[in-house]
Amino acid sequence: MKNIPFRSHYMIFRRRLRPRLKELALTFYVIRKSWLAVVGAVIVFFFIFITIFGNYLVLHDPYEVDLRSRLSPPSYKYLFGTDEMGRCVLSRMLAGARYSLEAGIFVLAIAAPVGLILGGIAGLYGGWLDEVIMRFTDIFLAFPYLILAMAISAALGPSLKNCMIALSLVYWPVYARLIRGQALSVREKAFVDAAKAMGVSRFRIMSKHILPNTIAPVIVALTLDMGTIIISTAALSFLGFGAQPPLPEWGCMISEGRLFVFQAWWTPIFPGLAIVLVVLGFNFMGDGIRDALDPKLRRTIEVEKK
Amino acid sequence: MRLHEYILRRIITIIPVLIGVTIIVFVIAYVIPTDPARSWAGPKARPEQVEVIRERYHLNDPVHIQLYHYFKGLLHGDLGISPTTHRPVLEDLKDRFPATFELTIFAFILAVVIGLPLGVVSALKRNKPIDHLSRFISLMGVSTPLFWFAMMLQLIFYYRLGWLPASGRIDVEVERITGFLIVDSIMAGNMPALLSTLWHLVLPATCMAFWSLAYFVRITRSSMLENLEADYATTAKAKGLPERIVNYKHVLRNAIIAPVTILGIQFGWLLMGSVLLETIVSWPGMGRYAADTIVQVDLPAIAGYCLVVALIMVIANLITDILYVFIDPRVRLGEKAK
Repeated sequence: MKNIPFRSHYMIFRRRLRPRLKELALTFYVIRKSWLAVVGAVIVFFFIFITIFGNYLVLHDPYEVDLRSRLSPPSYKYLFGTDEMGRCVLSRMLAGARYSLEAGIFVLAIAAPVGLILGGIAGLYGGWLDEVIMRFTDIFLAFPYLILAMAISAALGPSLKNCMIALSLVYWPVYARLIRGQALSVREKAFVDAAKAMGVSRFRIMSKHILPNTIAPVIVALTLDMGTIIISTAALSFLGFGAQPPLPEWGCMISEGRLFVFQAWWTPIFPGLAIVLVVLGFNFMGDGIRDALDPKLRRTIEVEKK
Repeated sequence: MRLHEYILRRIITIIPVLIGVTIIVFVIAYVIPTDPARSWAGPKARPEQVEVIRERYHLNDPVHIQLYHYFKGLLHGDLGISPTTHRPVLEDLKDRFPATFELTIFAFILAVVIGLPLGVVSALKRNKPIDHLSRFISLMGVSTPLFWFAMMLQLIFYYRLGWLPASGRIDVEVERITGFLIVDSIMAGNMPALLSTLWHLVLPATCMAFWSLAYFVRITRSSMLENLEADYATTAKAKGLPERIVNYKHVLRNAIIAPVTILGIQFGWLLMGSVLLETIVSWPGMGRYAADTIVQVDLPAIAGYCLVVALIMVIANLITDILYVFIDPRVRLGEKAK
């Protein structure tokens, strides 16, 4: 290998990479082909844009109280009206978008790796370790996660941060389950036996053969769960176990607007619509990615393309 | 394995799960940075009063002693006394259980009755307008916050149109024997009460069903699609069986197994939804009780509620597993369905 010129290294690299690139291009093609996924992606990117630049887009100070214009209906000055303290609903929504995304990323960034490690260990090693980890997840999954999260959040003292911690504490078993199931089914596949027969090391089998094949459902689950977490965060804030007023978190805004829903429908409606839109975006995208990551379906589309 | 033997064995496995649930609730309680006795005693309580409460609820003892006291009570069917309502937790839950159960079961039936056929039709008419519509509806269902949707329905159907009541369970008086108002009003032969009960159920049950619907549609659809392409379906068609017979007698029979697997879990999710919903529609059920008591860090009430919910979920899953046997003859008791 020493005397091979650089160019040849590059050629070998390219030859190895080409099928993967082709596969990746096909994946993107499938995503692009499903208009739902495209719509979802557009919504999600728009949402991310707002979370980053929301603070610069606001027309009014989201915390500025103006009691003279309290509960004023949507007008040219206040596009989505004002709330019970005369604060601009639209500005508050723009400024509050980031809390939803933050919560989603925070919770999944803790729950998914913890679940990945524990589920992976349970699935690959089996035995008593599997038994212990799975019984533990059973207990967690034995009652609805939101109630547990409420209790934890209340115990820690309700705040957005504690609500995120509570959700991550109750969400990891979902991933542990998912990944264990995947690892179990992949472990039995013929290509793993083939790799073993060829004398491939255990670590390499895990990282090169098993992990890539378990990752597809995880990516789908991550996208879909992003929506679930955003709703759960809003729900916890709505019940008073998450973000506290005057923070313009969307669930918290709905909770404040709830008392005025009949007099001023605009106060709870718009934050709610924003949640629906964003979660719908993640769900559309997740469905699209699910189709794109399904190798069987990808083949059929490849054939159709030709 | 015989059916009753299987059920007995499953009931025994429930016990460790329930113990685990209780321990988790207690551990959560143990890490509380605030002093629950202080919040239970009220803002104006003197230190002696707080101390009395602390003594009464064994709050000065280490966590394993507290757990011991709790389990000892549990064996006598005693879930402790709630510091917020000053009543035994078991009594509180008993009073509120029928309201929640009535709502949940109503929503559950609604979701199944609409969700399963929608999923079947969606799969049979794949990529036709009806398929897109049903997928869109079901995606909307999972994407809409339950509590917000309930508010919107109240705004439209109660405030604007005046068609449905906004909150509560019933408007007329009926003698409460079982607590299940549908049963009570039928037993009393009270027609207005029955209608009023059903009328009040429409809005909250629709909300919960809409939320749960999506999972049934999604799983039924994908399971139908999978089975429509299975070899046995092709064979049946090749034999010259009419499409209708193949679809409904062969494919549906096999495809229905998948949605049945999630029945138990969905029931639990609806119970979770009831926590959100009952606060909005002033439903005097367990969900509202949970939301109210959790705010007060009312440990006996929270632990009792979690236990009851866990118990209901485990029973729901047990019923699901027994249902399998009747739906899928390949499944033998004691083995997991593949």
